Amino acid sequence: MTAEDRASLLEALLVLLPLDAVLCEEEEIRPYECDGLSAYRQTPMVVVLPSSVDQVRAVMRLCHALKVPVVARGAGTGLSGGALPLAGGVLLSLAKLKSILSVDPGNRSARVQPGVRNLAISEAAAPYGLYYAPDPSSQIACSIGGNVAENAGGVHCLKYGLTVHNILKLGVVTVEGDFITVGSDALDSPGYDLLALFTGSEGLLGVIVEVTVKLLPIPERAQVILAAFDDVIKAATAVGEVIAAGIIPAGLEMMDRLAIQAAEAFVHAGYPVDAEAILLCEIDGTNEEVSEHIMEVRRIMQACGAVEVRTAKDDQERARLWKGRKAAFPAVGRLAPDYYCMDGTIPRQRLPEVLRRIAEWSQEYGLPVANVFHAGDGNLHPLILYDANKPGELQRTEELGGKILELCVAVGGTITGEHGVGVEKINQMCVQFAPMELTQFHAVKHAFDPHGLLNPGKAVPTLHRCAEFGAMHVHEGKLPFPELERF
Amino acid sequence: MDKDIAKELQERVTAACHAKTPLAIVGGGSKAFLGREPRGEPLQIGEHRGIVSYQPTELVITARAGTSLHDIEAVLADQRQMLPFEPPHFGASATLGGTIACGLSGPRRPYTGAARDYVLGMTIINGSGDILRFGGQVMKNVAGFDVSRLMVGAMGTLGVQLEISLKVLPRPAQEVTLIQERTAAEALVVMNHWAGQALPLSATCYDGDHLYVRLSGAQSAVESARRRVGGDVLNSPGEFWESVREHHHGFFAGEAPLWRLALPPVTPPLLIPGKQLIEWGGAQRWLSGEVDGAMLRRHIAEAGGHTRLFRGGERGKVGHHPLTPSVLEIHRRLKRAFDPEGILNHGRMYAWG
Repeated sequence: MTAEDRASLLEALLVLLPLDAVLCEEEEIRPYECDGLSAYRQTPMVVVLPSSVDQVRAVMRLCHALKVPVVARGAGTGLSGGALPLAGGVLLSLAKLKSILSVDPGNRSARVQPGVRNLAISEAAAPYGLYYAPDPSSQIACSIGGNVAENAGGVHCLKYGLTVHNILKLGVVTVEGDFITVGSDALDSPGYDLLALFTGSEGLLGVIVEVTVKLLPIPERAQVILAAFDDVIKAATAVGEVIAAGIIPAGLEMMDRLAIQAAEAFVHAGYPVDAEAILLCEIDGTNEEVSEHIMEVRRIMQACGAVEVRTAKDDQERARLWKGRKAAFPAVGRLAPDYYCMDGTIPRQRLPEVLRRIAEWSQEYGLPVANVFHAGDGNLHPLILYDANKPGELQRTEELGGKILELCVAVGGTITGEHGVGVEKINQMCVQFAPMELTQFHAVKHAFDPHGLLNPGKAVPTLHRCAEFGAMHVHEGKLPFPELERF
Repeated sequence: MDKDIAKELQERVTAACHAKTPLAIVGGGSKAFLGREPRGEPLQIGEHRGIVSYQPTELVITARAGTSLHDIEAVLADQRQMLPFEPPHFGASATLGGTIACGLSGPRRPYTGAARDYVLGMTIINGSGDILRFGGQVMKNVAGFDVSRLMVGAMGTLGVQLEISLKVLPRPAQEVTLIQERTAAEALVVMNHWAGQALPLSATCYDGDHLYVRLSGAQSAVESARRRVGGDVLNSPGEFWESVREHHHGFFAGEAPLWRLALPPVTPPLLIPGKQLIEWGGAQRWLSGEVDGAMLRRHIAEAGGHTRLFRGGERGKVGHHPLTPSVLEIHRRLKRAFDPEGILNHGRMYAWG
């Protein structure tokens, strides 16, 4: 884009938006240069902060007419660089759209704007005995629009599902600036399931400007058990046994030795620091159900060889046990100048071999790895400790991270369970998917955004990029779709 | 007999794509009455069957699309597990692929989720004859667009399903169904009141005179909820819920057109001609009778819902609820993205595709 084009874009934006909603000075746009993944930084050409759906539509119409790319941004807490700006693009912040439009206790739903914080929805619903179930660890800060764009999870997804299972309807502004409704206030809607398609689409298909979420009754009681093991494999077996007994815990988390020690040193949760692994198992539901299942889970943990099984005596102890888990990332972060958080998912039964391989590679690369695991649903967060100031260490960390993700794919899992692809895992997408599948993704993208203006370069790699990365599945020296451009 | 005929199916689709010959995908034929008239050469997927993998402790089952729904449910039941969306079969020949393509869910739907909620991954043949795999066999997976869930309810218009991976759940240890005499207005109020409480609801139905409430969960939880909800215990609850799910219940007898009305659950009783049966806490209502389709649509849309002519009536003219122009355009483009020649179940869902 030439300086002249840029000047006319800014001029046009200032006709649509108030002066303070268009930021282009270096010091104003600097805070938007990255999201929660700060290893990638780029300032945008301009940041806009619309405060109404009509303003979002006007911005999209303008950008569509001028063919200027747009990156939507929520609270900027994402961990995969999904909201990384483009040097020649508009960064569209939804932060000013932050009203809770209505809470409907009868239908058990809430209609909110995208900038509303995840936790604020549950707070607004609490007077009615209701809450919004998905609870990503960033729930104090992250916004619901971003949650939808990333299909955010949390520690309770084994029982309550991901964002896609907990929303009813979206208001979306298309790349052309049209407003469309996806989903409905009933439990389903006519036509294709666009609600599922938009969820987790990382800002590539449209701009989410309104979300109707499903609310659930607050469980009568929640209780947590801590079980310590002298062997990771015994802990993994116990997870399978709990599920085999017909119990679906609200949360089932595992931490390995390094993670336990880091968390204990940081928040003094009362974890047994000599254990090889601990499981935190939360049971919720009606009072009677919780009592019945807690007894059963205790029995299973003991039968699987737990060296210690502890049930939280009261809410304070329960909160303390969870505090260690929730603080695990920053706790591990204290052990080294930098850490890199992975997000693979694996079939749970493959956990022992995956952990063994990670330990071997950790030795080989000389980089410590702590493991925090949503054990119930197989979502593994290995945290690689490194020092970015040591020459070459970041590159080796990324290489180790890439190997771990490729291992997740090889054992039948996925490169990302809940953080999204963004820019971070774009190369591993070439491992997860074959060129024909990526081509289908591009065709889907094209159906919504023919000119590729919405968050281009994220989530779905071009075939050209995969070829460069070297992971393209080339059959007999021929690339599929020879007629396609490789840009 | 387990059999993998993916290659043959792929060849058929590729040939049809080149010749631009429409294909009508057929599983067990149990839901042939749904949607608009099937057109084109039949593409039989019933032979492509067999459970590919099932690990009860992983809570995941993967099966070929032609696998009998009955067989899958039997295998799960042996391990005290189930398909959580309690799908209707509408006939002994129902296949997994047909069930997912139609995206139908049964009585448990409002409390545990819909068919699409339990789909983890899928292998399909698109309209160009490419075999593509999306999602996987793990619970959490946000890599790439959620194409597997897009296939649910698309009635085969976007792809031929080959293999489907589903999340399954343990069967509840205990179930009881309670019956209460209620007016429709009362029934709608209490169903939604209970749904906002920590109660182990798993199905609700109002047949015009009586409200049926199913409770599922740990034994002690069901026992205590039974006391809170009140009412008489229904004998043979299994038969009752099956009759509602499979449309064998007396309400569904006769030849009158059957409409499905999807509504926000607390919508008060609808004052429209014809008889009604209420399910899903008020979110799914069945209307049987000769009604003015256009008027019904308007009425239901004003209440925030949508309609579908489910059985009988003028099948070619009214099917799915109409889409707004922008959403319709997205549908057309998506159809082209998966099936550029328009050969897969053309016209089954909408006249245009």
